[in-house]
Amino acid sequence: MNPILLTPLDISIAASLIILDAALSIWLKLRLHRQIAIAATRMVVQLVAIGYVLRFIFSLNNPAVTLLLVVVMMLVAAREVAARPERRFRGHTNLVIGFVSVGFATFVTAILALTTAIRPQPWFDPHYAIPLAGIILGNVLNSASLSLDSFLGSVHRERQAIEARLSLGEAYRQAIAPLVREAIRRGLLPIINQMSAAGIVTLPGIMTGQILAGLDPLEAVKYQILLMFLLSGGSGLSALVVSYLAAWRLTDQRQRLRLDRLSSRS
Amino acid sequence: MEAALLVKKLRSQFAGPFELNLGMGMCAAITGSSGSGKSLFLRMIADLDPNEGEVWLNERERASMSAPAWRKQVTYVSAESGWWTDKVIEHFAVNRRSEVAALAARLGLRVDLLDAPIAQLSTGEKQRFSLIRAVLPDPPVLLLDEPTGPLDEESVVRVEALLRERMATGASILLVTHDPNQAERLGNQRYRMAAGHLEMP
Repeated sequence: MNPILLTPLDISIAASLIILDAALSIWLKLRLHRQIAIAATRMVVQLVAIGYVLRFIFSLNNPAVTLLLVVVMMLVAAREVAARPERRFRGHTNLVIGFVSVGFATFVTAILALTTAIRPQPWFDPHYAIPLAGIILGNVLNSASLSLDSFLGSVHRERQAIEARLSLGEAYRQAIAPLVREAIRRGLLPIINQMSAAGIVTLPGIMTGQILAGLDPLEAVKYQILLMFLLSGGSGLSALVVSYLAAWRLTDQRQRLRLDRLSSRS
Repeated sequence: MEAALLVKKLRSQFAGPFELNLGMGMCAAITGSSGSGKSLFLRMIADLDPNEGEVWLNERERASMSAPAWRKQVTYVSAESGWWTDKVIEHFAVNRRSEVAALAARLGLRVDLLDAPIAQLSTGEKQRFSLIRAVLPDPPVLLLDEPTGPLDEESVVRVEALLRERMATGASILLVTHDPNQAERLGNQRYRMAAGHLEMP
């Protein structure tokens, strides 16, 4: 069964719904019509652009170019991880921590899936590698930034408690452990919620897309299950790596709590 | 006089250099206005903030010990106490409940507070429990930052009595206080901190 291809006219009809939103905004004085227009235009331009980029990269079919694109996506994700937390490290530490955690988690899970489950020929075929890396990145980015935000926020809040433990001669590792645990927990919650709600509250996007594209629902479900496993693994890895890296960066060889390495502006 | 705690050329980017020679069983009291660097000095000795210079405890240099081992012997008690679980007693080793209770009673703390949530304690109660937490393992040096700051007169007397008793058994105390009378009562040596430097009063 082939997917039903959309024509520009089909899309224009759907675009009238955006006009409806804008009209609502004007009628109800929501003052959102400008934002709606800008967001809708951005969405269309960005998606069309990425469509062309993907088509181009698929046609090249060059592993180095595929890798380059994936690394660029990781850098953008790392920037998000770095920028979201309320508290930040001085300098580029946030970005480095974000890149290492997100990159590591994405590589590990994506390569595992490509070499053991999906198994395209060759395994780095951009048709599979790039969308897969993209989905994993989106989730992993979320986990990593939640974990980092939770960790840096709680370190700041719990400073007295951590230093009290250090003063009594406890190891830094021990004094910081509850905060690291809490940060990892925080990073894992969204994927747990997503898994529990899948199929009841939400029909996950990938599955819906594949069903619309003509795939048998059970085949689509299998894909979605695989993906959920990948996402939970990726979330766990990135939450773990980001929390431990941040904890390690906040101490030194004399096991001090180095809050001076966080920037002063909150 | 044999030095228990010896501080040589100790400095950081904010304070120092400091020299100090504190005998066994002695108390050095430091007064000085807020922000003059008194707490920084204690934190540097405890190695809680980056610093340079030497600190010796009974002829052993700080750098030859791990930081936790050092802090177990040279224990800092901050002016604002920190707590990491819900109940008071959970901050003490499980097998030392009776000793904690005895010390609490000596400092005028109700024994039922041992099982109370931290959130129910007043600042003064928390301050005394944090002192008990520090003296219980019997460290040879105590670095006390305003240990009686939030306390009423009667509690101050009790805390000072406990500190004198510790000194009699050989503990050395470096005491930061706002109260010049307390500095006079407890300090064998007295200093004033001004703009990150120790001065004789």
